[in-house]
Amino acid sequence: MPTGLRFRAISKTFVTETRKVQALNDVSGEMMPGKITGLVGPDGAGKTTLVRVLAGLLDADSGDVSLSEKGSTARIAYMPQKFGLYEDLSVAENMTLYADLNGLNPDLRNQRFAELNRFTGLGPFQHRLAGNLSGGMKQKLGLACTLIVAPDILLLDEPSVGVDPVSRRELWSMVRALQGTGIAVLWTTAYLDEADGCDQVILLYEGAVLDHGAPGDISAQVAQRTWRVVLPGAETMRKRDVQRAAMALPGVVDAQIKGRNLRIVMAEDGVAPPTSLSNLAALRQFTPTPTPPQFEDAYLAAMRKKNLVASSAAPTLAVDERGTAAAQDIVIETQDLSKRFGTFTAVDRFSFAVRRGEIFGLLGPNGAGKSTTFKMLCGLVPPSSGSALVAGFDLATARADARGRIGYMAQKFAYVAHLSVAQNMEFAGGVYGLSGEGLKTRARAVAIEFGLTPFLDQNCGELPLGIKQRMALACAVMHKPDILFLDEPTSGVDPVTRRDFWSRLNAMADDGTTILITSHFLDEAEYCDRMSIIYRGRQIAAGSPDDIKSAQNGAEGTLEEAFIRLIEAHDRAEPDTRADAA
Amino acid sequence: MSVTANQGSWRWREALGRILFLVRREFLTIWRDKRIRSVLILPPIIQLFLFSYAATFEVNHVPLAVFNEDMSLESRDLVAKFTASPTFTDTARITSMHEGQDLIERGRVLMLLRVPANFAHVLKSGGTPTVQVIVDGRQSNTALIALGYVGSIIEDYSRERAQSLGQKLPTPVLVQRAWFNANMISQWFIVPGIVASLTMIVATIITALSIAREKELGTFEQLLVTPLRPYEILIGKVVPAVVLALGEGLVLALMGIWFFGVPLRGDVAIIVLGLVVFLVSVTSCGLMISALTSTQQQAQIAAFCFIMPCVILSGFTTPIENMPGWVQAITYLNPLRYVLVINRGVFLQDMPLLVALNQVWPMALIGLATGTGAILLFRRRVF
Amino acid sequence: MSQINRQRLVGFVHKEWLQVVRDPSSIIVAVVLPLFLLFVLGYGVSLDAKHLPLAVVIETAAPEAHDFYAALQAGDYLVPRIVASRPEAADLLRAGQVKGIAILADDFGLTSNGAAPIQVLVNGTDGNTARLMQGYVQGAWAAWRAHRQHTNPTLQTPSIAVQSRVWFNETVDSHKSIIPGLIAVIMTLIGALLTALVIAREWERGTMEALLTTPLTKAELIIGKLVPYFVLGMGGMTVSVTVALALFDIGFRGSLIVLLIAASSFMMTVLGFGLMVSTLTRNQFVASIMAITGTMMPALMLSGFIFDIRSMPVVVQVVSAIVPARYFVEILKTLFLAGNVWSVIVPNTFALMAMATLFLAITFRKTRRKLS
Repeated sequence: MPTGLRFRAISKTFVTETRKVQALNDVSGEMMPGKITGLVGPDGAGKTTLVRVLAGLLDADSGDVSLSEKGSTARIAYMPQKFGLYEDLSVAENMTLYADLNGLNPDLRNQRFAELNRFTGLGPFQHRLAGNLSGGMKQKLGLACTLIVAPDILLLDEPSVGVDPVSRRELWSMVRALQGTGIAVLWTTAYLDEADGCDQVILLYEGAVLDHGAPGDISAQVAQRTWRVVLPGAETMRKRDVQRAAMALPGVVDAQIKGRNLRIVMAEDGVAPPTSLSNLAALRQFTPTPTPPQFEDAYLAAMRKKNLVASSAAPTLAVDERGTAAAQDIVIETQDLSKRFGTFTAVDRFSFAVRRGEIFGLLGPNGAGKSTTFKMLCGLVPPSSGSALVAGFDLATARADARGRIGYMAQKFAYVAHLSVAQNMEFAGGVYGLSGEGLKTRARAVAIEFGLTPFLDQNCGELPLGIKQRMALACAVMHKPDILFLDEPTSGVDPVTRRDFWSRLNAMADDGTTILITSHFLDEAEYCDRMSIIYRGRQIAAGSPDDIKSAQNGAEGTLEEAFIRLIEAHDRAEPDTRADAA
Repeated sequence: MSVTANQGSWRWREALGRILFLVRREFLTIWRDKRIRSVLILPPIIQLFLFSYAATFEVNHVPLAVFNEDMSLESRDLVAKFTASPTFTDTARITSMHEGQDLIERGRVLMLLRVPANFAHVLKSGGTPTVQVIVDGRQSNTALIALGYVGSIIEDYSRERAQSLGQKLPTPVLVQRAWFNANMISQWFIVPGIVASLTMIVATIITALSIAREKELGTFEQLLVTPLRPYEILIGKVVPAVVLALGEGLVLALMGIWFFGVPLRGDVAIIVLGLVVFLVSVTSCGLMISALTSTQQQAQIAAFCFIMPCVILSGFTTPIENMPGWVQAITYLNPLRYVLVINRGVFLQDMPLLVALNQVWPMALIGLATGTGAILLFRRRVF
Repeated sequence: MSQINRQRLVGFVHKEWLQVVRDPSSIIVAVVLPLFLLFVLGYGVSLDAKHLPLAVVIETAAPEAHDFYAALQAGDYLVPRIVASRPEAADLLRAGQVKGIAILADDFGLTSNGAAPIQVLVNGTDGNTARLMQGYVQGAWAAWRAHRQHTNPTLQTPSIAVQSRVWFNETVDSHKSIIPGLIAVIMTLIGALLTALVIAREWERGTMEALLTTPLTKAELIIGKLVPYFVLGMGGMTVSVTVALALFDIGFRGSLIVLLIAASSFMMTVLGFGLMVSTLTRNQFVASIMAITGTMMPALMLSGFIFDIRSMPVVVQVVSAIVPARYFVEILKTLFLAGNVWSVIVPNTFALMAMATLFLAITFRKTRRKLS
């Protein structure tokens, strides 16, 4: 008998060394059998806490969890965010472990493994160590381990984090395939575009339910406020300039570029947006047409209505005046840059150049070689061959000098947890040569600029993720670097914080800072001036977002579609031969 | 020419500034984490007290069984000499050797004294009676020292007896005295050693484990992208460890002076000099460990493999002179052996600076070699 | 109560064993490290002070002085050398080049009443060596006196001969008492190193959360963590005992079965200690520091391996009761040197079992099936 899971008025408070944090405040909802329930919200919203309470790993302070069919029994399976795969064990060994721990009858094992392998496509990789799998394959293996004994209720905590778009689609289709069995699925995510794939959605923000219902119903709340402008194909126009100008229009809560379209969300129902972007010559006059709402629009509108976030008008960070005359300078240039680890080629003859003030994106699925390229450019990893010039310095000879000119923000939050925000910022400035009054003034200015003033005395380990990310960027720009390296800076960050982040980047780029960014959020890659897509260590496409799209599917499609096509085409041409012999 | 000189000094000042910021960060990292603070600071202080009392070779209250077969005045006098001595505790009077054997095997008594039935008779007739002493050799050092005490008690007894009988002593007596530590108090010897050993553990752990931890947390990468050069990072790691361990060492030394009454006969500046050079060489070894390892587990094992032989083969608990030649040769690579000589020498013997320097330069050499090794390894590993 | 299901337990142990086999560091810690430590420390730690340099100042012309000097030379305990003057001898003592000074004044050797004493000065800095030195000189002196009486009956005075025997260690070779203790000390550290990080690591790597979602019980988790390291640890123990017997001529008088039972109890105690630290801290850095400071120095100083517990103040003796190595040192010394002395082995083995139970009970209590 299929059953769902009901939870009522769940509250949970955590006490840390210095503070109390209310993680969940009176949260109620229900997972229905045969349905995918999306638990959507930014990092720090309380998603993981709720899932852990539902899985029985954490006791709530108050509230109750019960099966919706009274008197029935159900097997609840839970896949934690970082699923506990043993990286030093092979795929088959991991599956065997979880089969034994979950009491799967050994006689049924072979049959069940065969089913799961068909399902995950991990069949050819049975003997590969889990640590050597890509992010997407790891998640599939995690899912297989979770499903070893078929559950009635499946709780998935952020299954799509760290997964490239191709694998993300596959994971979704795997979970949809489960629905026919009457299983109730909870899918948590910080990515709002995934909400549309769910049957119903619970929107969580700062521990409370912001909204719930079918995703279509939630989007419909802003049905009268979403507009679309088809942009002319003016090559001189930078998309981020358009976006910024549109954001500044009266009555606009959000403006985003989606392919050739500018999407605008208005604060009020039925109010048409203005028809002119006076400061952009190419868009002096345009005609907005109504367009169907998306989940993200509703989320942003709800947030703004509750006044939960201030409008993210682009702040301008005072960066040194740098002559615009030098705008065509090449500041990063690589020539056949390669890195080999033993027989494995992580980066294969990669050449690209970035001009001053450009935002350059390095895109690709996990394990494609983005991070390795990055580390070579920052001087963390020596290239096996080829050369790289950064800020005019050859990395082979003047690494420390080159490093003085760059700012670096790592993918993982890498600051000592017990140091305060102020101490981290002072250290970040100090090691780049600031001191005394100069350091203090600069720290004050940056803190104000990034809205960090209220957090200065807090230990950075205890900050919410959005603030952590702001602090990391603040530390990276303390010394006014010429070049900023950002490694997956927005993964797991909610859309509002992400917009905020991008507007800061735009301002810095306008002031002449060169920005090199890696990401697998393809919608934000739209804002890069140019980009390079790498796959299995090789560059498979390069150019502006429009160039890449039109080369694949015409300018109308999204960058994600173009990306998936590129990868599929590459896979057809050169199948991955690295699968193990079974 | 002066321009380049200025640029040179400017570069140095820049480097110094960077290092100071790193040093400050290291201190904050250790100090602001309550758990790290407590595991690094509390145990050495508790251990100083425990170990100073524990590390004694003095032999007191040795449980003694007496098998007196001769119920004479003389034999009782002799037995009384033993039982009255603070060295022995009169634990059992037994009536058979079998009983005594059992007591020794079970560890109830450490020594058995057997006075034969004819003791008084032989003694009075001018002969030399033989008393039998059986000692448990499972703790060889205790056995040896207890036997020494037996010799001197018997000697005292014979001399007193001779004097009471008005006999002349034809043989010169032996008068023994100890210099520098007249009562041979073990704590005087052990405290200077504990100070050095415990500071060594603290300094090694801070340097060896902290870099491995930073590597695991990813904060190390964040350091490496800054203009800090490898050697600057190493200096930034060494200085806080040395300062912290030195502070701790001096606190421990003060406690030794106040609490255990260890005399400080020499110049405290020499001790500080010795400890600083020692700690620099030890932290350099710690850095070498951290350059060779990438996880905390590996660093823990390596730190352990370094500390344990260093402590045991330093002369801290057992003298280096007792070791076989090839082991003695190895101990020349152990920085702890040198600082022990300095500490003990300055505390108890007023060791002059020039003599102390003989011990300082080998440590400096070890520090230089491991420090250079650390920088080279470090460069190769991180880049 | 926590139940144990065979399939789950076997599956978990199998996984743990695979991890041990894949990561050579556990095997190195369990087998190579004890060998290395036993070899270096076994040779290095010695309390047998021999060949102690002694300065002899002879100010007398009496021929007996040279007899005495000859007596000092006998045996391999002292290395006497004649120096010209007291100040020169004092300098040598201060510089550590001699460990003591014997002074034979110019009225030495007079056979009439009131013979001048022989003065002996030792360097008291190292009390133990000083005390041994005094004993050696005393012995030499007694031998010299006996020789004199024997050759010159007119010097006959009443005296008492001591016939001494040292049981279990006839030659008073310190290796015989140190090596068994050293095995105990080394295995304490190895045991703690093996398990101190294994639970903290599951927490830090996030695998613990996944384990908690399975029906794996607390008992299965703890047993699963013990079994592979127990096998490894006992392997290391076997290697250590074998090497100790092969390298150092110390003999073994007990029975191997008794050794196996006692060693197993001890291994459970130290592995239990490691697991407890790991469970309580859930943090590799803190667990590492605790494992090093909590085992190395206490095992060295408070186990009776070098320093006799009986000579320590009562408070310290009480503290030493919580040092597992102490019991095993006692058991090993007895088994190697004395044999199966039940009155030593039984209570000490029980103490180990009690401690193992305590550590594992704490581990069990502090292991949570929930996150907090």
